[in-house]
Amino acid sequence: MPPRADRAPSAVSLIWGIVATQSTAAAPAQPKRMGGTLYRGREGMWSWVLHRITGVAIFFFLLVHVLDTALVKVSPEAYDAVIGAYKTPIMGLGEIALVAAIGFHALNGLRIILIDFWAKGAKYQKPLFWTVIVLWIVLLAGFVPRQLMHIFGGA
Amino acid sequence: MAQQSIGSVLVPAPGTKYERYARRPRRFNLEKWAWIYMRASGVLLAVLIFGHLFVNLVSGEGVKQIDFAFVAGKWADPFWIVWDVLLLWLALIHGANGMRTLVNDYATRPALRRVLLGLIALATVALLVLGTLVLTTFDPCLGATAETAAAIPQCAIK
Repeated sequence: MPPRADRAPSAVSLIWGIVATQSTAAAPAQPKRMGGTLYRGREGMWSWVLHRITGVAIFFFLLVHVLDTALVKVSPEAYDAVIGAYKTPIMGLGEIALVAAIGFHALNGLRIILIDFWAKGAKYQKPLFWTVIVLWIVLLAGFVPRQLMHIFGGA
Repeated sequence: MAQQSIGSVLVPAPGTKYERYARRPRRFNLEKWAWIYMRASGVLLAVLIFGHLFVNLVSGEGVKQIDFAFVAGKWADPFWIVWDVLLLWLALIHGANGMRTLVNDYATRPALRRVLLGLIALATVALLVLGTLVLTTFDPCLGATAETAAAIPQCAIK
């Protein structure tokens, strides 16, 4: 099959992209291969990879979450029994991972919208990525201690 | 070869003496509307989900407070029913379209692609129907005892 510009990179080309990024980083004397591209190498590519991975994770959680919530129609006892599983320490840590995934996906999604609709969005895509990371850390700094208190704290 | 799909048509390639294959113009461009939907729903979902997470996981006792009575307390108020119906529809369709994009990118075997796209559609429709029925037929007074019913105005009348 001939290579097409509108196709997303395959696993092979993705790995090649990573290798190429690293090799140009190791040899700064060489001309930059990745310069001027939005979706290959560095911030543009990694935000794209993370957006896909977090998106898939959130989708599968959503499927389970609609089903567990539907148990309210079975009986209050059935709902309470299953939702009790969400309150264990391990699931409590899982909820931190979930909120981290949702937080990144949401913030990076807003970054994508800025890149698409704001005239200077594409130009500032890298600072926008690091803005996403900073806001994401702030978000988790607010949530994680609170969640740890809820799942490990007394009362 | 790959470009020559059924919906394609030869058009002049600007700036060259050659022709290229382009999609035949259609009345309804699914990909365009899917692209717009992802961005429009994304903005709304950012608000709806952060609100959902704050009320359920941050405020009060966080995840420890969630039980039938907590859900009944929320869904006794139409505000949260509307909030959660919006969340259900916007998020599931947003997620399903995202999964469709991934399947189209990575599942190159046509038979496998059809199966995966079918499964996504099936799961999405089933959960939209189930979730909507749950939200619109929920009875917050179910299983309410004398003291828990006091917290929900419409249950106290019974």
